[in-house]
Amino acid sequence: MAKRIEATNVTAYYGGFKAIENISLTVEPKTVTALIGPSGCGKSTFLRSINRMHEVLPGARVEGSLTIDHQDIYDRDVDVTAVRRMIGMVFQRPNPFPTMSIFENVVAGLRLNGVKRRSILEEAAEKALRSANLWDEVKDRLGKPGAGLSGGQQQRLCIARTIAVEPQVVLMDEPCSALDPISTLAIEDLMFQLKDTFTIIIVTHNMQQAARVSDRTAFFSIEKTGDPGRLIEYDHTQKIFSNPSQKKTEDYITGRFG
Amino acid sequence: MGQTPHRSAHAGTGGPSVPSSDGWSAGASARVADIPGTPRPPDHGLGGGDALPRAKAFGAEKAFRGLTMAAGTAVLVIIAAIAVFLISKAVPALRANTENFWTYQGWSPNQTAPKFGIGTLAFGTVLSSALALLMAVPVALGIALYLSHYAPRRLGTALGFLIDLLAAVPSVVFGLWGRDIFVEPVRDFSVWLNTYFGWLPIFGGDGPFGKSILLGALVLAIMVLPIITSLSREVFLQTPTANEEAALALGATRWEMIRTAVLPYGRPGIIAAVMLGLGRALGETIALAMTLGITFGISFNLIQNGGNTIAANIANAFGEANDTGRGALIASGLVLFAITLIVNISARVIIYRRREFTESAA
Repeated sequence: MAKRIEATNVTAYYGGFKAIENISLTVEPKTVTALIGPSGCGKSTFLRSINRMHEVLPGARVEGSLTIDHQDIYDRDVDVTAVRRMIGMVFQRPNPFPTMSIFENVVAGLRLNGVKRRSILEEAAEKALRSANLWDEVKDRLGKPGAGLSGGQQQRLCIARTIAVEPQVVLMDEPCSALDPISTLAIEDLMFQLKDTFTIIIVTHNMQQAARVSDRTAFFSIEKTGDPGRLIEYDHTQKIFSNPSQKKTEDYITGRFG
Repeated sequence: MGQTPHRSAHAGTGGPSVPSSDGWSAGASARVADIPGTPRPPDHGLGGGDALPRAKAFGAEKAFRGLTMAAGTAVLVIIAAIAVFLISKAVPALRANTENFWTYQGWSPNQTAPKFGIGTLAFGTVLSSALALLMAVPVALGIALYLSHYAPRRLGTALGFLIDLLAAVPSVVFGLWGRDIFVEPVRDFSVWLNTYFGWLPIFGGDGPFGKSILLGALVLAIMVLPIITSLSREVFLQTPTANEEAALALGATRWEMIRTAVLPYGRPGIIAAVMLGLGRALGETIALAMTLGITFGISFNLIQNGGNTIAANIANAFGEANDTGRGALIASGLVLFAITLIVNISARVIIYRRREFTESAA
């Protein structure tokens, strides 16, 4: 249930602005890959290109090739909703549906896929909530609004919602940046468990987090404001943080830049 | 002021001993420092270092609170005044009524033995408004969703502006247009309905057709369309992008995203918009006075000439009414008041039942 993602010369635009240029990298199945780099370097743009959420914004488009197990994600015949079901996404700010209960939030994706049987939904909800380490905290109040949970619980609820549809890949866009250290730890623990099942790609500003959770790290950077973001270095996390081959990477991770 | 530092009661920013000669004092405190005769000690900033100043007995804060409270009270006073006026005028006429006000079908309050009943009018009011909403709401929500989520942004703004313009057309213009022009196609359509669906009581009858509840409701629908469209469009535009993206990222199509994120989020707003539209429809006077056939009878037939509403009846009958006649009309106005109140309360109840979910959304 995890697939390899290959990006070749991916370039993404917002209207006339080129946000990233010629990004090529391969993400192995059942690993955690961290995307790090200074603000505005295109990490999130690249992440959003992987499940075609980039093109949701008006005027945004992607060039180059992105494949998931050798299937082109941007093929004209591919159903974009199928891509997004296969490649789930967790956002920076927890965004449970405010009008839905905890239970309805978790099964929202299943309902979108036409699952109606109550028993199947209940089973899937419990499984997803257990995977997201949230079950024990919410099992007695599944009917309460999802937005009434704490920030960290909401983010785990969003993770449960994402994994309930059993995607192949889970993208996380700075999932802990709005959370306190304890909630962050809970989510990092969760990533360790999830990578047994899913391929995970995470954007983070927190380099300790990248070093803790990821197997491989990609360092993005820009020359100056207005330039497109480029991939500077992509390697095993240990190598990136102990002995990077690029000067820019070293400057960034030692805090001399960015 | 003596030793008390002269500064605003709200000056709570900054720590002690911030130099006032530059930086911190440039903003709010500069105004204070400029007042002659009250030199500020040079070693104290906004945060102050001296004893705490007393709260002001009279200030902008209290004045503003008084103003808003007065405005809030005014609403209650106005409503109470209207109610008192209506009741005091209506009661003598109701006493003089020789028939049952609730069940009598007819309106002859100007005779020596006044006879009038509200039933037909209330029925016509509710029927025409309900029919108008039934036609207007789906269209309005469709337009609003198109403008907020499908149309290119520029087109959406331009069309939204046009729809707002539609709301500014006086109702008498709608009435004239409905009576003189729109009545023709509606009559043809009614004949067609009567021919093929005449077995349904609502489309039955032998004519004449045209100046019917259907025509009135269609004109009403066009009139309430802009209000409902405009408000629900605003509500749809306020859906958090984060929720829309969450739905899309789960593999929702555009329509599924709207069903999952936009409509539930906008539900209280949609209800409020529909209620405002209904308010306009219930109270609409001149357009219905011109387009309805004006009869007194309770009938579900939509296409035969006929129909009447409380407001239209007031417009038609007020000119020739004597004292009792005016009282009777005012009594009918009171019933309209009550209908509107009941409708609004039930809308509140619907919104309130889901407050747990809508409040945490904020």
